[in-house]
Amino acid sequence: MNRKLFLHLLISILSVIAFVGIWHLFTAVLRVVSVNTLPDPMKVFTSFIKKFSNPNPDGATLLQHTAASLQVALTGYFYALIIGIPLGIMMAWNKYIDRFVRPLFDLLKPIPGVAWIPLMIVIFGLGIASKAAVVFFSAVVPCVLNSYTGIKQTKDVHLWVARTFGASHHQKLFTIAIPTALPHILTGVRVALGAAWVAIVAAELLGATRGLGFMIQQSRGIYRTDIIIVGMLAIGICGGILTSILTIISNFLLKGRR
Amino acid sequence: MRVDSTGSVDTVISCQRVSKEFSSKRGTTKVIENISLEVKRNEFVVLFGPGQCGKTTLMNVLSGLDTATSGTVYSLGEKVVRPGAERGVVFQSMALFPWLTVRGNVAYGPKARGFEKSVWIEKSDYYINLVGLKGFEDSYINKLSGGMKQRVGIARAYCNEPEVLFMDEPFSALDAQTRYLMQEEIMRIWSTEKRTIVFITNNIEEAVYVADRIILLTNCPAKIKKEYHIDLPRPRDYTSPEFLSLRDEISKNMDRTL
Repeated sequence: MNRKLFLHLLISILSVIAFVGIWHLFTAVLRVVSVNTLPDPMKVFTSFIKKFSNPNPDGATLLQHTAASLQVALTGYFYALIIGIPLGIMMAWNKYIDRFVRPLFDLLKPIPGVAWIPLMIVIFGLGIASKAAVVFFSAVVPCVLNSYTGIKQTKDVHLWVARTFGASHHQKLFTIAIPTALPHILTGVRVALGAAWVAIVAAELLGATRGLGFMIQQSRGIYRTDIIIVGMLAIGICGGILTSILTIISNFLLKGRR
Repeated sequence: MRVDSTGSVDTVISCQRVSKEFSSKRGTTKVIENISLEVKRNEFVVLFGPGQCGKTTLMNVLSGLDTATSGTVYSLGEKVVRPGAERGVVFQSMALFPWLTVRGNVAYGPKARGFEKSVWIEKSDYYINLVGLKGFEDSYINKLSGGMKQRVGIARAYCNEPEVLFMDEPFSALDAQTRYLMQEEIMRIWSTEKRTIVFITNNIEEAVYVADRIILLTNCPAKIKKEYHIDLPRPRDYTSPEFLSLRDEISKNMDRTL
């Protein structure tokens, strides 16, 4: 078992090593592209380390940019969760609410979150509010859709059981429908996180004064491709960490079901 | 002790001239025709009939999950219009809640009815023990075998302390060995904790093994064809001459279906 685990780990590491190796080969060794267009891995690595303490060329260190992005993304994401999940649940549970909300929701649903960026910047300016709003619009849709689908999975026979036990309509929602929907709700929460992270970077590329997207955009203007890649790596790492945290939480909440 | 509309004492559930039709585009189908019956306190009544003859529909009407097209159902002398805590149901599909442990499932009824924690712990302990699941209180449903799941279903229905328990082919999904075992178990449980039980089956051996009284139904639409009072001593022997002759006689009277 341990040997198998080790083997799997080795295979996973190999792909990363191969990728970095080929990158190194084409840049540092063969010099197919110029260092300014695509820096070699070593250069990116040193820039990455330096960027932790060096606010140049864009006015803030890597952690400051990351914190700025996280703050905005998580603000919008939080509102998306506390509005989107109950909204999806209520739409699935009550057909009048569904009828009332659905036309508006169906109209707004296909609009990508990033399409809100220009309007939000005009209304709220370049501060936190505009970008948090963009994140909200991106993240709220998967929350609503998945919560709705989850509640619709409720089995009639489970509701019958609840009725034969004398459960009220309210109790049926909280003790039968929502527990049934929980796996779907958590899927929505994870999908929404991905959407939120995409939206924040996109929003910062277009208009910001700080954040990872802003850092990338500034570096592009002065041909610091190494910092662009540092920014991309930071985005990837943060997204990965946030997703892992959610996976741990949802595994805990869904324990015993598999 | 109450007197019901038919004037007899100690009738837990009764129905008078109950019929049920289902309408669809192709016309109406009569599933139950003119059934009148009475079930006495602590009686073990089996509704026995061939294939898809409407036994489950009859149970749904008796328990209040469905309404009759004509005729009336009385529970303790009161008209049945909806499901209620005094009429428990063990469903064919078991319909256990996979998001809850054995304890959570068994205690669902008392919890939904607002009993204090100490009370529902005590009640669920008692019935979990009664069905032989002591030690599995904290197991999730998906970890249990078919027979154990059905025990949970029985304990859950018992734990709500209903006046009458409906069991819709509870053992039909079990393998033959487990089915025999569960027939013995339901007899043991019922002898320990006498309840009024209306048990549905299409298995003649099972019917003769468990019943005080067998109500033989015709094929669609279901009508009462004949009633048998089974007064063989318990525990019954599947291979005794009396058992076999009863089994033969009832089988001969049963409608043949494909």
